[in-house]
Amino acid sequence: MTSGAGPERSPRVRPYTMTRGRTRTGVALAVETLVETASGADPRGAPQEQQAICRLCVRPISVAEVSARIALPLGVVRVLLDDMAGDGLVVLHVASTDRPDLALMERVLDGLQRL
Amino acid sequence: MSEIAPLVTEAVMTEAGAGVDELPPAPGKTTTTVAMDFRRISLPSDLILYLFGTPGQERFWFMWDDLVRGAIGAVVLADTRRLDACFAAMDFFEARGLPYVVGVNSFDGARRHDLDEVREAMELPAGTPLRYCDARESTVEMLVVLVRHAMARAS
Repeated sequence: MTSGAGPERSPRVRPYTMTRGRTRTGVALAVETLVETASGADPRGAPQEQQAICRLCVRPISVAEVSARIALPLGVVRVLLDDMAGDGLVVLHVASTDRPDLALMERVLDGLQRL
Repeated sequence: MSEIAPLVTEAVMTEAGAGVDELPPAPGKTTTTVAMDFRRISLPSDLILYLFGTPGQERFWFMWDDLVRGAIGAVVLADTRRLDACFAAMDFFEARGLPYVVGVNSFDGARRHDLDEVREAMELPAGTPLRYCDARESTVEMLVVLVRHAMARAS
């Protein structure tokens, strides 16, 4: 993936133009939130950086990694990902900030007791 | 793909990062630069349990908010010779609603106290499990107690 967001992206494009000046997202995207390209996503017609993200996230990677690999600031990537999720291009695996659910804890307990 | 499900379960061990070393198959690694211990245990129930051990001193608190996110709970390891060192950790977990249990060190010839006295001295909330614990041996037991406690609180 050396091409990444690649050669076609002009460095003279200011990041805020990609987000149309927005800095906030609808969902809180942590750096470790996993991003995955939605199955059947068709990014043709989407901006280049979004297409690059779609190519990048065929296997799920974290928001931080997306930012690093397409060389865009984290804040910009967050806004883009939020947009893309809204457009059905990517799926964001937002971890629950709540405690783990009972079913998971039961499995942990079961596993610990079988150690 | 399995990593996507919220598999990460964390136990924050305070006051003595010891103990987690003795857990059975631990193909984990240790990070030492920030005085934090990290272990990964593959459970038979197709889960991976992550354990983070961190000292209780205030200078390490900057890590704790990240550690408690999504965690099942915490084990506070207490030394009866300086119980007051646990108070800050207990406050921290209580403030964040994170279930915790207290393991009282029973190694190095530490004087055995009546657990009820320890509970009183610590002003431990009723219902918060308190056990004697040799962190070198009984870590799994403490984790079982912790998960049970967390489940009881969640249901």
